[in-house]
Amino acid sequence: MDTTVAKPSTDNKTWGGGNRPLNTSYGKMMMWFFIVSDALTFSAFLAAYGLTRFKFIDSWPIADEVFTHVPFFHGEFPMIYVAFMTFVLIASSVTMVLAVDAGHHMNKKKVTVYMLLTIIGGIIFVGSQAWEWNTFINGTYGAVKTTDGKILQFVDAKGKQIALADFVVGDRGDVREQHTKKNGLWFEEEATIAQYSIAQVISSFEANPNIQIRTELIDLDKKQKTILSREKALAELSKTRLVVEGANLEVNEYGNTIFADFFFFITGFHGFHVFSGIILNIIVFFNVIVGTYEKRGHYEMVEKVGLYWHFVDLVWVFVFTFFYLV
Amino acid sequence: MAHAQSHTKRIWNVFWILSAITIVEVILGIYKPDVLHLTSFLGTSPLNWIFIILTLAKAYGITWSFMHMEGEKTWFRRAVVWTAVFLIIYLVTLLLIEGDYLYSTLAPLVRW
Repeated sequence: MDTTVAKPSTDNKTWGGGNRPLNTSYGKMMMWFFIVSDALTFSAFLAAYGLTRFKFIDSWPIADEVFTHVPFFHGEFPMIYVAFMTFVLIASSVTMVLAVDAGHHMNKKKVTVYMLLTIIGGIIFVGSQAWEWNTFINGTYGAVKTTDGKILQFVDAKGKQIALADFVVGDRGDVREQHTKKNGLWFEEEATIAQYSIAQVISSFEANPNIQIRTELIDLDKKQKTILSREKALAELSKTRLVVEGANLEVNEYGNTIFADFFFFITGFHGFHVFSGIILNIIVFFNVIVGTYEKRGHYEMVEKVGLYWHFVDLVWVFVFTFFYLV
Repeated sequence: MAHAQSHTKRIWNVFWILSAITIVEVILGIYKPDVLHLTSFLGTSPLNWIFIILTLAKAYGITWSFMHMEGEKTWFRRAVVWTAVFLIIYLVTLLLIEGDYLYSTLAPLVRW
């Protein structure tokens, strides 16, 4: 213990050595300073997201139309799943504080239980995020991209978005194999061929007068995407360059390419933090079980990983607001 | 440890407050009342301001209670909080002004 934690000096000389500056141990102080720098990293990402969003303020995807799915349920429930994820993270923060609190009482059994619950909460969160990514990458509706880089989505007569599969009929007309190594094409690479061909989408749209096209442009009075007239829609559709299903770093069916890029980058970086937090928690958990901290005489290590864990929760609160709410 | 008394009750209180704030945010996010959503106040909708304020309230709850900032020495707390808050406000202000400028410059060039 003497080597790990400085004891307050018994005489009253401030500069006599053995004092803890600002009453904080070295490790805890450095964890706080790391958190400050990490907070600045995250703010830089979110501020860059803010800049980009302001830059494309009249065409940014509307979160409620993007994140609508809940596992095991059909239909559209915006917000519900991320709310659940937020709740899980707050709950795991609570079990973490309870572990710290139990540590102050040197209650090994309680610390063990609460650390385990914290780890489980973290795993549920990361799992949920993986599911969220999977849903985002696979997409739901599909859209087309025009030669001037706009995304056109399809809606029914009431303005509700519909999937390509809901109205595209007939043959794609240009059947060919995807170029892959498996088929002996070693030095050629190409993007995944969409389920439907461009000609097929256009002819199906022409054949079905009940379908409308929605552009990315936001009607700022109603805060909704603009729906085009039939003639305008056909004119725009004739400029189609690509049928888009789902999202990647180059194109996505939700709108601006950079929207998906920021989504992957920021939630990915946060998810990486959660992941490393889980690893640290697991290490501490086993140290609690084998009695490392009991022997050391204090559970300060639980407090230090606790700070990191709460910080991860803190960042999520902001990510939640700026990606899903605002 | 100096403070051996248990804070369990207080911890749960903070948890319920944070959960309640989240629930309010989600309900507002789902229903988006027109009065708050379609009007404008200080550059954005009142609804967005409500979200931002509630987020800051949550951040305060997490930092002060869960991270136990309230129990740290005053100048340690300030070294951490003031530094971060100042730099973040600075960065966000500049970048958002820049973003707005980019919009006003580039948007007229886009034909919809």
